[in-house]
Amino acid sequence: MTERQTLELITVETLLERVKTLHTQGYRLAQIGAANVPGYLEVNYSFAREECLLTLRLQLAGEEPCVPSVSHIYWCAVLYENEMHDLFRLKVEGMAVDFQGKFYQMAVPYPFGSRKAPVAKPAPEPRPAKPAVPARAAAELAVTA
Amino acid sequence: MPRTVIPFGPQHPVLPEPIHLALVVEDELVVEARPSVSFVHRGLERMVEVKDYVEFVYVAERICGICSFIHGQTYCQAIEKIMNVPVPPRALYLRTLWGELSRMHSHLLWLGLMADAVGFESLFMHSWRVREAVLNIIEATTGGRVIFGTCKIGGVRRDIPNERLQQMLGELDSIEKDTREITNVFLNNRSVAGRLRGVGVLSRQDAHELGCVGPTLRASGVAQDMRQLGYAAFGDLPVEPITRNEGDSYARCDVRCAELFQSIGIIRQAIARMPDGALDTKVTGNPNGEFIARTEQPRGEVVYHIKANGARNLQRFRVRTPTFANLPALLKLLPGCQLADVPVLVLTIDPCISCTER
Repeated sequence: MTERQTLELITVETLLERVKTLHTQGYRLAQIGAANVPGYLEVNYSFAREECLLTLRLQLAGEEPCVPSVSHIYWCAVLYENEMHDLFRLKVEGMAVDFQGKFYQMAVPYPFGSRKAPVAKPAPEPRPAKPAVPARAAAELAVTA
Repeated sequence: MPRTVIPFGPQHPVLPEPIHLALVVEDELVVEARPSVSFVHRGLERMVEVKDYVEFVYVAERICGICSFIHGQTYCQAIEKIMNVPVPPRALYLRTLWGELSRMHSHLLWLGLMADAVGFESLFMHSWRVREAVLNIIEATTGGRVIFGTCKIGGVRRDIPNERLQQMLGELDSIEKDTREITNVFLNNRSVAGRLRGVGVLSRQDAHELGCVGPTLRASGVAQDMRQLGYAAFGDLPVEPITRNEGDSYARCDVRCAELFQSIGIIRQAIARMPDGALDTKVTGNPNGEFIARTEQPRGEVVYHIKANGARNLQRFRVRTPTFANLPALLKLLPGCQLADVPVLVLTIDPCISCTER
Protein backbone atom coordinates (compact mmCIF):
# COMPACT_ATOMS: atom_id res chain seq x y z
CA MET A 1 0.00 0.00 0.00
CA THR A 2 1.43 3.41 -0.94
CA GLU A 3 0.43 6.43 1.03
CA ARG A 4 -1.12 9.38 -0.78
CA GLN A 5 -0.86 12.81 0.83
CA THR A 6 -2.88 15.85 -0.20
CA LEU A 7 -2.68 19.42 1.08
CA GLU A 8 -5.58 21.81 0.71
CA LEU A 9 -5.45 25.50 1.62
CA ILE A 10 -8.80 26.64 3.00
CA THR A 11 -10.28 29.65 4.79
CA VAL A 12 -11.90 29.94 8.22
CA GLU A 13 -15.29 30.40 6.54
CA THR A 14 -15.11 27.08 4.70
CA LEU A 15 -13.53 25.04 7.52
CA LEU A 16 -16.65 23.60 9.14
CA GLU A 17 -18.31 22.72 5.87
CA ARG A 18 -15.19 20.96 4.60
CA VAL A 19 -14.71 19.03 7.87
CA LYS A 20 -18.37 17.94 7.84
CA THR A 21 -17.91 16.58 4.32
CA LEU A 22 -14.83 14.59 5.34
CA HIS A 23 -16.67 13.22 8.37
CA THR A 24 -19.50 12.06 6.12
CA GLN A 25 -16.97 10.41 3.82
CA GLY A 26 -15.61 8.34 6.73
CA TYR A 27 -12.33 10.13 7.35
CA ARG A 28 -10.68 9.83 10.78
CA LEU A 29 -9.17 12.90 12.46
CA ALA A 30 -5.45 12.10 12.59
CA GLN A 31 -4.16 15.32 14.12
CA ILE A 32 -4.56 19.06 14.46
CA GLY A 33 -1.42 21.12 14.89
CA ALA A 34 -0.45 24.79 14.87
CA ALA A 35 2.79 26.44 13.82
CA ASN A 36 4.10 29.98 14.00
CA VAL A 37 5.18 31.02 10.54
CA PRO A 38 6.52 34.58 9.97
CA GLY A 39 3.46 36.78 9.48
CA TYR A 40 0.75 34.29 10.42
CA LEU A 41 -0.27 31.30 12.46
CA GLU A 42 -0.68 28.10 10.48
CA VAL A 43 -3.20 25.47 11.60
CA ASN A 44 -3.20 22.02 9.98
CA TYR A 45 -6.08 19.55 10.24
CA SER A 46 -5.05 16.08 9.01
CA PHE A 47 -7.62 13.42 8.18
CA ALA A 48 -6.89 9.82 7.28
CA ARG A 49 -8.80 7.14 5.43
CA GLU A 50 -7.06 3.94 4.38
CA GLU A 51 -3.92 5.02 2.50
CA CYS A 52 -5.04 8.67 2.05
CA LEU A 53 -3.91 11.51 4.28
CA LEU A 54 -5.61 14.82 3.61
CA THR A 55 -4.45 17.99 5.33
CA LEU A 56 -6.56 21.14 5.46
CA ARG A 57 -4.46 24.24 6.11
CA LEU A 58 -5.53 27.57 7.57
CA GLN A 59 -3.28 30.62 7.52
CA LEU A 60 -4.40 33.05 10.21
CA ALA A 61 -3.04 36.59 10.26
CA GLY A 62 -3.29 39.04 13.15
CA GLU A 63 -2.37 39.12 16.81
CA GLU A 64 -5.53 37.41 18.10
CA PRO A 65 -6.40 34.67 15.61
CA CYS A 66 -9.63 32.78 16.11
CA VAL A 67 -11.09 29.61 14.58
CA PRO A 68 -14.41 27.81 15.05
CA SER A 69 -14.25 24.50 16.89
CA VAL A 70 -14.67 21.26 14.94
CA SER A 71 -15.28 19.31 18.16
CA HIS A 72 -19.01 19.10 17.47
CA ILE A 73 -18.14 17.10 14.35
CA TYR A 74 -15.13 15.17 15.74
CA TRP A 75 -15.39 15.10 19.55
CA CYS A 76 -11.74 14.05 19.88
CA ALA A 77 -10.75 17.47 18.52
CA VAL A 78 -11.28 18.98 22.00
CA LEU A 79 -7.82 17.93 23.15
CA TYR A 80 -6.09 19.31 20.07
CA GLU A 81 -8.04 22.56 20.32
CA ASN A 82 -7.35 22.99 24.02
CA GLU A 83 -3.69 22.27 23.29
CA MET A 84 -3.54 24.95 20.58
CA HIS A 85 -5.19 27.41 22.95
CA ASP A 86 -2.84 26.65 25.84
CA LEU A 87 0.38 26.53 23.83
CA PHE A 88 -0.22 28.89 20.89
CA ARG A 89 -2.74 31.41 22.30
CA LEU A 90 -5.20 30.47 19.55
CA LYS A 91 -8.81 31.29 20.38
CA VAL A 92 -11.12 28.41 19.49
CA GLU A 93 -14.81 29.27 19.60
CA GLY A 94 -17.44 26.75 20.68
CA MET A 95 -15.32 23.87 21.97
CA ALA A 96 -17.39 20.89 23.16
CA VAL A 97 -15.26 20.85 26.33
CA ASP A 98 -13.25 23.91 27.30
CA PHE A 99 -10.64 23.20 29.97
CA GLN A 100 -10.25 26.99 30.49
CA GLY A 101 -6.50 26.95 29.89
CA LYS A 102 -5.90 24.17 32.42
CA PHE A 103 -5.15 21.31 30.03
CA TYR A 104 -1.51 22.41 29.78
CA GLN A 105 -0.61 23.94 33.13
CA MET A 106 2.68 25.56 32.21
CA ALA A 107 4.94 27.81 34.25
CA VAL A 108 5.07 30.11 31.19
CA PRO A 109 1.63 30.93 29.76
CA TYR A 110 1.32 30.37 26.01
CA PRO A 111 4.93 29.21 25.54
CA PHE A 112 4.54 29.02 21.74
CA GLY A 113 2.26 32.06 21.59
CA SER A 114 4.70 34.66 20.30
CA ARG A 115 3.71 35.88 16.83
CA LYS A 116 7.29 36.87 16.08
CA ALA A 117 9.29 34.71 13.73
CA PRO A 118 11.43 32.17 15.60
CA VAL A 119 15.04 33.19 15.81
CA ALA A 120 17.67 30.52 15.48
CA LYS A 121 20.35 30.53 18.15
CA PRO A 122 23.54 32.08 16.74
CA ALA A 123 26.49 29.81 16.36
CA PRO A 124 28.77 29.91 19.42
CA GLU A 125 31.86 32.09 19.30
CA PRO A 126 35.03 30.09 18.64
CA ARG A 127 36.98 29.56 21.84
CA PRO A 128 40.18 31.59 22.16
CA ALA A 129 43.27 29.46 21.77
CA LYS A 130 44.88 28.46 25.06
CA PRO A 131 48.17 30.25 25.78
CA ALA A 132 51.08 27.93 25.30
CA VAL A 133 52.51 26.61 28.58
CA PRO A 134 56.22 27.44 28.94
CA ALA A 135 58.38 24.33 28.80
CA ARG A 136 59.72 24.84 32.36
CA ALA A 137 56.21 25.26 33.88
CA ALA A 138 55.02 22.12 32.05
CA ALA A 139 57.95 20.15 33.47
CA GLU A 140 57.11 21.39 37.00
CA LEU A 141 53.46 20.36 36.54
CA ALA A 142 54.52 16.90 35.42
CA VAL A 143 56.76 16.52 38.50
CA THR A 144 53.90 17.65 40.81
CA ALA A 145 51.51 15.15 39.26
CA MET B 1 -26.07 13.04 45.57
CA PRO B 2 -23.12 15.29 46.55
CA ARG B 3 -20.17 15.28 44.21
CA THR B 4 -16.53 15.03 45.22
CA VAL B 5 -13.47 15.80 43.13
CA ILE B 6 -10.66 13.29 43.63
CA PRO B 7 -7.25 14.17 42.22
CA PHE B 8 -5.71 11.17 40.47
CA GLY B 9 -2.03 11.68 39.64
CA PRO B 10 0.39 13.07 38.56
CA GLN B 11 1.94 10.81 41.20
CA HIS B 12 -0.05 7.71 41.94
CA PRO B 13 0.98 4.14 42.83
CA VAL B 14 -0.37 2.69 39.58
CA LEU B 15 0.72 5.51 37.31
CA PRO B 16 4.19 5.10 35.89
CA GLU B 17 3.98 8.56 34.32
CA PRO B 18 2.65 11.97 35.29
CA ILE B 19 -0.84 12.58 34.01
CA HIS B 20 -3.39 14.25 36.24
CA LEU B 21 -7.09 13.43 36.18
CA ALA B 22 -9.55 15.39 38.26
CA LEU B 23 -12.20 12.71 38.86
CA VAL B 24 -15.66 13.98 39.73
CA VAL B 25 -17.39 11.19 41.67
CA GLU B 26 -20.80 10.53 43.15
CA ASP B 27 -20.14 8.04 45.91
CA GLU B 28 -17.85 5.52 44.07
CA LEU B 29 -19.17 6.29 40.60
CA VAL B 30 -17.08 8.47 38.28
CA VAL B 31 -19.25 11.03 36.51
CA GLU B 32 -16.59 13.20 34.89
CA ALA B 33 -12.84 13.20 34.26
CA ARG B 34 -10.87 16.36 33.52
CA PRO B 35 -7.29 15.75 32.37
CA SER B 36 -4.27 17.97 32.56
CA VAL B 37 -0.82 17.23 31.27
CA SER B 38 2.41 19.27 31.02
CA PHE B 39 4.00 18.36 34.35
CA VAL B 40 7.17 17.45 32.44
CA HIS B 41 6.54 19.25 29.14
CA ARG B 42 9.88 19.74 27.37
CA GLY B 43 9.02 21.87 24.36
CA LEU B 44 11.12 19.66 22.08
CA GLU B 45 9.13 20.80 19.04
CA ARG B 46 10.78 24.22 19.26
CA MET B 47 14.23 22.75 19.60
CA VAL B 48 14.44 22.67 15.80
CA GLU B 49 15.33 26.35 16.12
CA VAL B 50 18.65 25.47 17.79
CA LYS B 51 19.47 21.96 16.56
CA ASP B 52 20.06 21.33 12.88
CA TYR B 53 18.22 18.60 11.01
CA VAL B 54 21.01 16.03 11.42
CA GLU B 55 21.46 16.60 15.16
CA PHE B 56 17.71 16.43 15.59
CA VAL B 57 17.69 12.64 15.11
CA TYR B 58 19.08 12.41 18.66
CA VAL B 59 16.35 14.71 19.99
CA ALA B 60 13.61 12.72 18.23
CA GLU B 61 14.92 9.50 19.78
CA ARG B 62 14.73 11.06 23.23
CA ILE B 63 11.05 11.93 22.95
CA CYS B 64 10.31 8.58 24.56
CA GLY B 65 12.32 6.10 26.58
CA ILE B 66 10.34 3.08 25.41
CA CYS B 67 9.63 3.55 21.73
CA SER B 68 12.73 5.70 21.22
CA PHE B 69 13.94 3.82 18.15
CA ILE B 70 10.67 4.22 16.23
CA HIS B 71 10.64 7.96 17.00
CA GLY B 72 14.10 8.29 15.45
CA GLN B 73 13.08 6.09 12.54
CA THR B 74 9.92 8.11 11.81
CA TYR B 75 11.89 11.35 11.87
CA CYS B 76 14.52 9.92 9.51
CA GLN B 77 11.83 8.59 7.15
CA ALA B 78 10.26 12.05 6.90
CA ILE B 79 13.60 13.74 6.12
CA GLU B 80 14.53 10.98 3.65
CA LYS B 81 11.20 11.47 1.88
CA ILE B 82 11.72 15.25 1.63
CA MET B 83 15.30 14.86 0.38
CA ASN B 84 14.57 11.81 -1.83
CA VAL B 85 17.26 9.75 -0.14
CA PRO B 86 17.16 6.06 -1.13
CA VAL B 87 17.77 3.87 1.94
CA PRO B 88 19.64 0.59 1.29
CA PRO B 89 17.49 -2.57 1.73
CA ARG B 90 19.65 -3.99 4.53
CA ALA B 91 19.18 -0.78 6.53
CA LEU B 92 15.40 -1.03 6.03
CA TYR B 93 15.41 -4.62 7.33
CA LEU B 94 17.56 -3.72 10.32
CA ARG B 95 15.22 -0.83 11.15
CA THR B 96 12.29 -3.24 11.00
CA LEU B 97 14.04 -5.71 13.28
CA TRP B 98 14.95 -3.10 15.91
CA GLY B 99 11.48 -1.55 15.68
CA GLU B 100 9.83 -4.90 16.44
CA LEU B 101 12.23 -5.53 19.34
CA SER B 102 11.10 -2.12 20.67
CA ARG B 103 7.48 -3.18 20.36
CA MET B 104 8.19 -6.40 22.24
CA HIS B 105 9.94 -4.74 25.15
CA SER B 106 7.22 -2.07 25.33
CA HIS B 107 4.41 -4.66 25.40
CA LEU B 108 6.24 -6.76 28.01
CA LEU B 109 6.75 -3.66 30.14
CA TRP B 110 3.05 -2.88 29.83
CA LEU B 111 2.09 -6.47 30.65
CA GLY B 112 4.06 -6.27 33.89
CA LEU B 113 2.46 -2.97 34.90
CA MET B 114 -0.99 -4.23 33.99
CA ALA B 115 -0.49 -7.42 36.02
CA ASP B 116 0.73 -5.35 38.95
CA ALA B 117 -2.31 -3.04 38.72
CA VAL B 118 -4.70 -5.98 39.04
CA GLY B 119 -2.71 -7.41 41.96
CA PHE B 120 -0.77 -10.08 40.07
CA GLU B 121 2.70 -9.15 41.29
CA SER B 122 4.51 -12.39 40.47
CA LEU B 123 3.47 -12.05 36.83
CA PHE B 124 4.82 -8.50 36.88
CA MET B 125 8.25 -9.88 37.81
CA HIS B 126 8.13 -12.71 35.25
CA SER B 127 7.08 -10.31 32.51
CA TRP B 128 9.99 -8.02 33.25
CA ARG B 129 12.33 -11.03 33.39
CA VAL B 130 11.38 -11.88 29.82
CA ARG B 131 11.68 -8.22 28.85
CA GLU B 132 15.24 -8.32 30.17
CA ALA B 133 16.09 -10.97 27.55
CA VAL B 134 14.76 -8.64 24.83
CA LEU B 135 16.76 -5.74 26.25
CA ASN B 136 19.88 -7.94 26.24
CA ILE B 137 19.46 -8.52 22.48
CA ILE B 138 19.00 -4.79 21.97
CA GLU B 139 22.09 -4.03 24.03
CA ALA B 140 24.17 -6.63 22.20
CA THR B 141 23.18 -5.33 18.76
CA THR B 142 23.02 -1.55 19.34
CA GLY B 143 25.08 -0.87 22.43
CA GLY B 144 22.13 0.79 24.17
CA ARG B 145 19.16 -0.47 26.14
CA VAL B 146 16.89 2.56 26.06
CA ILE B 147 18.30 4.89 23.41
CA PHE B 148 19.55 2.77 20.52
CA GLY B 149 21.27 5.56 18.57
CA THR B 150 21.49 3.38 15.46
CA CYS B 151 19.13 5.19 13.10
CA LYS B 152 20.42 8.02 10.97
CA ILE B 153 19.22 9.91 7.95
CA GLY B 154 19.98 7.68 4.96
CA GLY B 155 20.26 4.37 6.80
CA VAL B 156 21.62 2.89 10.01
CA ARG B 157 24.90 3.26 11.90
CA ARG B 158 25.48 -0.35 12.90
CA ASP B 159 25.23 -3.70 11.25
CA ILE B 160 24.31 -7.00 12.86
CA PRO B 161 26.61 -9.75 11.56
CA ASN B 162 24.77 -12.67 9.99
CA GLU B 163 26.14 -15.09 12.65
CA ARG B 164 24.65 -12.86 15.36
CA LEU B 165 21.31 -12.88 13.53
CA GLN B 166 21.32 -16.68 13.56
CA GLN B 167 22.12 -16.65 17.27
CA MET B 168 19.17 -14.28 17.77
CA LEU B 169 16.82 -16.96 16.40
CA GLY B 170 17.68 -19.24 19.32
CA GLU B 171 17.13 -16.39 21.80
CA LEU B 172 13.77 -15.64 20.20
CA ASP B 173 12.71 -19.28 20.66
CA SER B 174 13.39 -19.01 24.36
CA ILE B 175 11.62 -15.62 24.62
CA GLU B 176 8.62 -17.00 22.72
CA LYS B 177 8.35 -20.00 25.05
CA ASP B 178 8.48 -17.79 28.17
CA THR B 179 6.09 -15.23 26.69
CA ARG B 180 3.62 -17.98 25.77
CA GLU B 181 3.70 -19.21 29.32
CA ILE B 182 3.10 -15.85 31.01
CA THR B 183 0.47 -14.60 28.54
CA ASN B 184 -1.42 -17.91 28.93
CA VAL B 185 -1.37 -17.51 32.69
CA PHE B 186 -2.47 -13.87 32.46
CA LEU B 187 -5.25 -14.28 29.91
CA ASN B 188 -6.64 -17.52 31.35
CA ASN B 189 -6.64 -16.40 34.96
CA ARG B 190 -10.18 -16.22 36.31
CA SER B 191 -9.49 -13.22 38.55
CA VAL B 192 -7.86 -11.26 35.72
CA ALA B 193 -10.71 -12.05 33.35
CA GLY B 194 -13.24 -11.09 36.01
CA ARG B 195 -11.45 -7.78 36.53
CA LEU B 196 -11.18 -6.93 32.81
CA ARG B 197 -14.05 -8.52 30.90
CA GLY B 198 -16.90 -6.12 30.15
CA VAL B 199 -15.04 -3.21 31.76
CA GLY B 200 -14.54 -0.04 29.70
CA VAL B 201 -16.25 -1.20 26.52
CA LEU B 202 -15.43 0.90 23.47
CA SER B 203 -17.60 0.18 20.46
CA ARG B 204 -16.17 0.01 16.95
CA GLN B 205 -18.00 3.20 16.00
CA ASP B 206 -16.81 5.09 19.09
CA ALA B 207 -13.21 3.95 18.64
CA HIS B 208 -13.24 5.30 15.08
CA GLU B 209 -15.05 8.54 15.98
CA LEU B 210 -12.74 9.22 18.91
CA GLY B 211 -9.66 8.90 16.70
CA CYS B 212 -8.20 5.94 18.63
CA VAL B 213 -5.06 4.25 17.35
CA GLY B 214 -3.07 1.08 17.89
CA PRO B 215 -4.21 -1.82 20.10
CA THR B 216 -6.93 0.41 21.63
CA LEU B 217 -8.52 0.74 18.20
CA ARG B 218 -7.86 -2.83 17.03
CA ALA B 219 -9.45 -4.28 20.19
CA SER B 220 -12.70 -2.67 19.01
CA GLY B 221 -12.58 -4.50 15.71
CA VAL B 222 -10.96 -1.90 13.43
CA ALA B 223 -8.17 -3.46 11.36
CA GLN B 224 -5.86 -0.46 11.13
CA ASP B 225 -2.10 -0.76 11.43
CA MET B 226 0.31 1.78 9.95
CA ARG B 227 2.77 -1.00 9.11
CA GLN B 228 0.39 -1.76 6.25
CA LEU B 229 1.62 1.45 4.61
CA GLY B 230 4.74 -0.54 3.77
CA TYR B 231 7.43 1.66 5.33
CA ALA B 232 10.85 0.15 6.19
CA ALA B 233 10.73 -3.55 5.16
CA PHE B 234 6.99 -3.90 5.69
CA GLY B 235 6.51 -3.77 1.94
CA ASP B 236 8.19 -7.22 1.82
CA LEU B 237 6.94 -8.45 5.19
CA PRO B 238 3.17 -7.99 5.15
CA VAL B 239 1.43 -7.43 8.48
CA GLU B 240 -2.11 -8.52 9.17
CA PRO B 241 -3.60 -6.37 11.96
CA ILE B 242 -4.60 -8.32 15.07
CA THR B 243 -8.15 -7.45 16.03
CA ARG B 244 -10.75 -8.38 18.62
CA ASN B 245 -14.41 -7.42 18.52
CA GLU B 246 -15.33 -7.13 22.21
CA GLY B 247 -13.79 -3.66 22.71
CA ASP B 248 -13.40 -4.15 26.48
CA SER B 249 -10.32 -3.99 28.70
CA TYR B 250 -9.67 -7.73 28.26
CA ALA B 251 -9.70 -7.38 24.46
CA ARG B 252 -7.15 -4.55 24.62
CA CYS B 253 -4.87 -6.76 26.72
CA ASP B 254 -5.44 -9.75 24.43
CA VAL B 255 -4.44 -7.74 21.34
CA ARG B 256 -1.15 -6.64 22.93
CA CYS B 257 -0.35 -10.19 24.04
CA ALA B 258 -1.01 -11.51 20.50
CA GLU B 259 1.15 -8.72 19.03
CA LEU B 260 4.12 -10.01 21.00
CA PHE B 261 4.05 -13.22 18.94
CA GLN B 262 3.38 -11.27 15.76
CA SER B 263 6.56 -9.26 16.38
CA ILE B 264 8.57 -12.43 16.97
CA GLY B 265 7.26 -13.76 13.64
CA ILE B 266 8.20 -10.53 11.83
CA ILE B 267 11.74 -10.61 13.28
CA ARG B 268 12.15 -14.24 12.17
CA GLN B 269 11.01 -13.34 8.66
CA ALA B 270 13.31 -10.30 8.59
CA ILE B 271 16.28 -12.46 9.59
CA ALA B 272 15.42 -15.10 6.98
CA ARG B 273 15.17 -12.52 4.20
CA MET B 274 17.89 -10.09 5.37
CA PRO B 275 19.62 -8.77 2.24
CA ASP B 276 23.34 -8.07 2.08
CA GLY B 277 24.68 -4.70 1.12
CA ALA B 278 25.35 -1.17 2.27
CA LEU B 279 24.05 0.27 5.51
CA ASP B 280 23.56 3.88 4.50
CA THR B 281 23.47 6.41 1.71
CA LYS B 282 25.52 9.58 1.90
CA VAL B 283 23.29 12.59 2.47
CA THR B 284 24.30 16.04 1.24
CA GLY B 285 22.52 19.38 1.23
CA ASN B 286 19.59 20.55 3.32
CA PRO B 287 15.95 19.47 3.21
CA ASN B 288 13.46 21.66 1.37
CA GLY B 289 9.84 20.56 1.47
CA GLU B 290 7.18 19.15 3.69
CA PHE B 291 6.07 15.65 4.67
CA ILE B 292 3.82 13.98 7.22
CA ALA B 293 5.28 10.62 8.23
CA ARG B 294 3.18 7.98 9.98
CA THR B 295 4.44 4.80 11.57
CA GLU B 296 3.09 2.21 13.99
CA GLN B 297 4.53 2.51 17.46
CA PRO B 298 3.72 0.01 20.22
CA ARG B 299 0.82 2.25 21.29
CA GLY B 300 -0.36 3.05 17.78
CA GLU B 301 0.05 5.53 14.98
CA VAL B 302 2.52 8.37 15.49
CA VAL B 303 2.36 11.41 13.19
CA TYR B 304 5.45 13.48 12.37
CA HIS B 305 4.83 16.72 10.48
CA ILE B 306 8.08 18.16 9.19
CA LYS B 307 8.54 21.30 7.12
CA ALA B 308 11.87 22.59 5.83
CA ASN B 309 12.88 25.56 3.69
CA GLY B 310 16.36 24.61 2.55
CA ALA B 311 18.07 25.88 5.69
CA ARG B 312 20.07 23.75 8.11
CA ASN B 313 17.33 24.09 10.73
CA LEU B 314 13.81 22.83 10.12
CA GLN B 315 10.96 25.29 9.87
CA ARG B 316 8.45 23.17 11.71
CA PHE B 317 8.53 19.95 13.68
CA ARG B 318 5.32 18.58 15.12
CA VAL B 319 4.65 15.21 16.72
CA ARG B 320 1.25 13.71 17.49
CA THR B 321 1.89 10.78 19.75
CA PRO B 322 -0.39 7.72 19.98
CA THR B 323 -1.21 8.36 23.65
CA PHE B 324 -2.52 11.82 22.77
CA ALA B 325 -4.84 10.20 20.21
CA ASN B 326 -6.08 7.66 22.78
CA LEU B 327 -6.78 10.19 25.57
CA PRO B 328 -10.22 11.20 24.18
CA ALA B 329 -11.29 7.54 24.40
CA LEU B 330 -10.12 7.41 28.02
CA LEU B 331 -12.17 10.53 28.83
CA LYS B 332 -15.23 8.85 27.31
CA LEU B 333 -14.60 5.52 29.08
CA LEU B 334 -14.14 6.89 32.59
CA PRO B 335 -17.58 8.46 33.22
CA GLY B 336 -19.86 5.68 34.45
CA CYS B 337 -17.11 3.43 35.77
CA GLN B 338 -16.34 2.62 39.41
CA LEU B 339 -13.49 4.50 41.07
CA ALA B 340 -11.63 1.19 41.57
CA ASP B 341 -11.66 0.59 37.79
CA VAL B 342 -9.89 3.87 36.96
CA PRO B 343 -6.32 2.51 37.24
CA VAL B 344 -7.24 -0.52 35.11
CA LEU B 345 -8.85 1.63 32.41
CA VAL B 346 -5.90 4.01 32.34
CA LEU B 347 -3.47 1.12 31.91
CA THR B 348 -5.49 -0.59 29.17
CA ILE B 349 -4.70 2.30 26.81
CA ASP B 350 -1.02 1.87 27.81
CA PRO B 351 -0.42 5.60 28.28
CA CYS B 352 3.00 7.07 27.57
CA ILE B 353 2.93 10.57 28.96
CA SER B 354 6.62 11.06 28.27
CA CYS B 355 5.80 10.94 24.53
CA THR B 356 2.84 13.23 25.01
CA GLU B 357 5.04 15.73 26.90
CA ARG B 358 7.40 16.00 23.93
